[in-house]
This record gives sequence, structure tokens and C-alpha cells, in this order.
Amino acid sequence: MNNPITLNKLRHSAGPWKLGWRRLRQDRVAMCSLVVTMAFTIIMLCSYAGLIARNWNAEVANSYSPPTLHVVTNATSAKAPVGIQRDDPGPPVDISDIDPLTPYYQEWQERTKNIAVVQAEHATHLLFGADKWGHDVLAKTIKGSEVSISVGIVAALLAVLIGTALGALAGYFGGWIDTLLEWLYNVLTSLPYILLILAVAAVFSRGFTTIIMILGLTGWTGIYRLIRAEYLKHTDRAYVRAAQALGASHASRMFRHILPNVSHVILVQFSQNVVGFIKAEVILSFLGLGVPVDMVSWGTILAETQEELVLGKWWQLVAAGGSMAILVTAISMLTDAMRDALDPKLQE
Amino acid sequence: MSLSQFLLRRILQALPTLLGVMLLVFVLFNWVGGDPAYILAGKISDPARIASIRQQLGVDQPYWVQFWIFIKQVCTFNFGRSWSTSELVSDILLSRVGPTLTVMIPVLILETLLAVLFAVLVAYVRGSLTDRMVMMSCTVAMSISFLVYIIVGQWLFGFKLGWFPVQGWSDSVITNLVHYAPLPIFLTVLVELAPSLRLYRSFVLDEMNHDYVRTARAKGLSEHAVMLKHVLRNAAIPILTNLGIALPGLFVGSFLIEVFFSIPGLGREVVESVNRSDFPVIKATTVYLAILTMLINLLVDVMYRWVDPRVTFK
Repeated sequence: MNNPITLNKLRHSAGPWKLGWRRLRQDRVAMCSLVVTMAFTIIMLCSYAGLIARNWNAEVANSYSPPTLHVVTNATSAKAPVGIQRDDPGPPVDISDIDPLTPYYQEWQERTKNIAVVQAEHATHLLFGADKWGHDVLAKTIKGSEVSISVGIVAALLAVLIGTALGALAGYFGGWIDTLLEWLYNVLTSLPYILLILAVAAVFSRGFTTIIMILGLTGWTGIYRLIRAEYLKHTDRAYVRAAQALGASHASRMFRHILPNVSHVILVQFSQNVVGFIKAEVILSFLGLGVPVDMVSWGTILAETQEELVLGKWWQLVAAGGSMAILVTAISMLTDAMRDALDPKLQE
Repeated sequence: MSLSQFLLRRILQALPTLLGVMLLVFVLFNWVGGDPAYILAGKISDPARIASIRQQLGVDQPYWVQFWIFIKQVCTFNFGRSWSTSELVSDILLSRVGPTLTVMIPVLILETLLAVLFAVLVAYVRGSLTDRMVMMSCTVAMSISFLVYIIVGQWLFGFKLGWFPVQGWSDSVITNLVHYAPLPIFLTVLVELAPSLRLYRSFVLDEMNHDYVRTARAKGLSEHAVMLKHVLRNAAIPILTNLGIALPGLFVGSFLIEVFFSIPGLGREVVESVNRSDFPVIKATTVYLAILTMLINLLVDVMYRWVDPRVTFK
């Protein structure tokens, strides 16, 4: 075989990440999921940068405008007077001589003339409809996704960071460090997870940073357990011993030698945590324990939908619930595919 | 090792964990949570009133004395009174457990039976279109927020179709079970079925790849007998573990369900206590649930032996 390409291939055999990516690329479902996840991330980043959905809070349509594709030509429905209409209003009754406010009417009318009233330009059609205050539901959902997804990602990063660091310490050093961290793990897992979150939420004030801290600080136990098990396995392997013989420090062995070999576990756990935390944020915000009232997230949108549904206004529920379901399905399927693609035991 | 020795050792092992839980709760509510006197006294309060509340609660004592008071509270089941309703905390907890269990026990039974049944059926036709479709719908079903299920379910079956009451609760267990609980039970089972089904399917599949299954088939047993007697019996061990993990959550119930359907259960009580900063109620619930979790774990370990004769106490 004198073919230079073959030789080149032999010299540089593909690493596990490259192999994993190659396998992932053949999986059509995984690639679709990746595209959806990337699309959501791009929308979220655009919204964060202020490129889109900046004015979600503006009144752009009539209250509860239904979602429509085309321009509604018959705009009378918007102008129709609200309230009970009597068939026969009867002749107007003059009560000015008994009305104590009569002397003031003239003055008030003068004053109102001086106040400029700006009537907001109302859109005639919105693709996703409008909410109670006339906000565009599409812009609101995008803004909500920014909060929900960023909470999920940042909290998952925090959880992964804590879980990996503590898991590495416990698995690598063993001894009293391991005993101490196992004790901490047992303490945190001896409570139902949701009760732990609520107990922590009870003592902290509401806020964007707080909810990230709560989810991150309580959600690291799963990844800690897995990373600890991996480090227990790897610490005595030949390549780590070899690094030790060459004079590599503890930190170098832990993070430069072992960490790359367990990084696939971290990636899978990270995306699993993102899904879990997005779901948790929605529920916490619904209960009023999540993001503050001046922010909008999928959870706060869903909190409005309970009474809307009774009135027959279904579009906010579909927009927020639907976009969340699409994103979470995409990440879950991607996670499943990544787990298979990156598992060294399943390599062909 | 005999059963009593095993139990004694496990209980001794659980003590440091229990101490840790109490320490965690103590740090959260007595240290991070701030001075309870300010919460209790309200916005307009004079220093004398705050001082008297502090003395009453013992928060003017050093931290180690406060922690000792807390341990005594845990041991004597006496957490004093709720800060917002002045009910005895022990009365609150005991009266809230009933409604939660009225909903959650049927949920647990129905969900386990359905999940195991479907898991065995789906695992039996693994790789087929049915299997893939069921797994796919499970993933999608798990992605929809619990909130959406409850909001839509309550609206559709309670409000629109009128098959069930929208919400409510009574004092009679029978009325609750036949009248108020069915919709909450149905919705919770609907939500929890998908993750359980996926998990149990993987347990059953693991067992089906073992040699003993081939042996059972080779000796001419019916598929029925292979699946139900051999495979399911062995898959019962991880299923039991999973149930053990889920069991403590049973007592907090599905707090969202309780909030939406106005069920006076433990879950709703916790959510309300969090909103009202009613620390004694949350503290008591947290500690006793931790103790319950440890007891249930112990029970599951004992039950392993009953399911799997190979397991010995060690």
C-alpha cells in the first residue's frame, strides 16, 4: 500500500471525538435535533444581543388578538363598544342640578385638551396572536425562551462544574475526602429533589441569579456520582501511572490526563441537566419562586394560560408549551444519540 | 448476619446522614434565612417586640444552643406552631398526609402496573416499528411540561367536557376517591408513565439478553412463561430499586397537582409555607421526609432478599 492517503490515515488515527462526530453525522434524527437545538440557541443569542424581540413589552395589538396569517379587513370588531348594550337607551336625563361634580366638568374638559394622548398603532394581524396586554406573543415567547434557556444552560454549567470537581476529588484521592463528599452526597440525596429545591428557594430572595444558584447547587449530585466512579476506574490505569512516573502533579493527572477520557460522560450529563433545569425553571417560575416579575420566561407565560384557556384564548399556551416541547425533545434525542456515539464500548 | 444485626448496623450508619440533614436544614433556615423575628414581627415593629420574639424562639442564643433546641424538636416531634396560622406543626403535617396519599397511592399502583405491562410488551417486540413509535412518543411526552398537561387536562376534562369536578376536596375518603381524585390521578399517571416505561423497558431488555432466557426457550417453555416467569421476575429487582427511590416523593405528592386541584395535601402545604416564609413547617417536613427516605431505603434492601434469594445481608 503505497497510497499516501492511506499512510496518512494510519499515522493520524481519528480521536474518539472525531469518531463520535462521524457516527453522529450518520444519524439523521440526531442531526435534525442538532439543527433544532442550534436554531433555538441562535434565536436566544439574538434576543440576548437585542436584535430581536427587544420590544416584546410594547402594546402592539388589541388585547387577545387571535393569531392570523392574513390582514383582517373587517376591523369593526376592534371598534365595537364593549359592555352591555341596551335596546332602548331612552331619552338622556339631565341631572346637572343634583350632580355635585357639575361645576368641575368644564375645568376638566379644558385640562384634558392640553394632554396629548398617543394612540398606539395596533397591528391588524399577528402570526402568533397577542396576549391580555396586547403584547406580540411571538416576541414574548422568544424573550421567554431567552430566560428559560439561559437559566438551563448556566445552571447546568454550574452543576457540571461542581459535580466534576468534587467527583474528581473523591474518586482520585479517596480516603477522608471521599468519605466527606460521600456523606454530603448522602445528605443531599436523602431528600426528594423538589423538596430540596423548595427548601433552598424558601430562604433566598427571588431573582434570576438566585434560581441559577438554586438549580446549580442542588443539581450536581448525579454527575458527581458518575464522575467519581469514572475516576475510581481511571486512577490506577497504566497511562495515569506513566504520567506519575514522568513527574506529573496530582492536578495535572486529574485534569490533563484523566479528564479528557471522561469528558464524554460530562457532555451527556450536561445536556441532560439542561433539559431538567429548563423544566424545573418553568415550574418554579410558575409557582412564583423563579424569575422576578419584571422578566418573562416560559414558566411565567404558562402561568397566565390557565385563566386564558377558560376564555378560549389558546395561543399563548401553544406558543410557550410548544416551543418548550420542541426544544426539549430535540435536546433529549441529541443526548441519546450522543451517548451511543461517544460510548467507547459501542465502537465498531 | 441476622436480620436484626443488619437492621441495627444500617440504622447506626444512617445517623451521620441524619445529622447532616439536620445541619443542612439548620444552616439554611437559622443562618441563611435571616432573623425570623423580622419575618414574624412584620414591617412595622418596635425593637422591644423583636427582642421578645427573639427570646421566645431562642434565636438570641448562640448557634450551638439553637442547634441543640432543633435536635430536641426533631426528637420530640414538637416544632411549635406555624408562624402564619398558629396551628401546631405536628397537626398540620398529620392532617396533610392523608389527602396526598389518597391521590398518590392509586397513582403508584396504576403507574407501576401499566408501566410494567407496557414495558414487557414493548420489549418483547424490540426493534419493531411499534417499539420505535412507542419510544418516540415517550420522548415527546416527556418533553411537554407537567404544567401543560395539568392546565389542558383540567380545562378539557373538568371545564369543557365536565366529566370531573374542576377542583375540590371533601372530608370523606370515599367521596374523594370516586369524585375528586380520579382526574388528578389520571393526569399524574399520564405524566409519569412515559419515563417509567422507558426505564422499565431497558430493565426488561437487559434481562432478555441473558443466557437463561435462551435456555428457557430451548427447553420448550411458552413465550408467556419465559417473559412472565423468568424475565419479569429478574427485572423486578431494578424495578423495585426504582420504586424505592420514587417512594419518598409519594409523600410530598405531586405538589403541582395539589396546587391546581386545591387538594389540602403535604405538597401544597410546602409550597404555601415557602411563599409565606413559614419556616417551622418546611423544616419539619424536610427532616421527617429525610428520615422516611432512609427507612424506605432500608425496607427496599430487606425486600431484595425476598425477591432475590442470592442476596445476603452484609
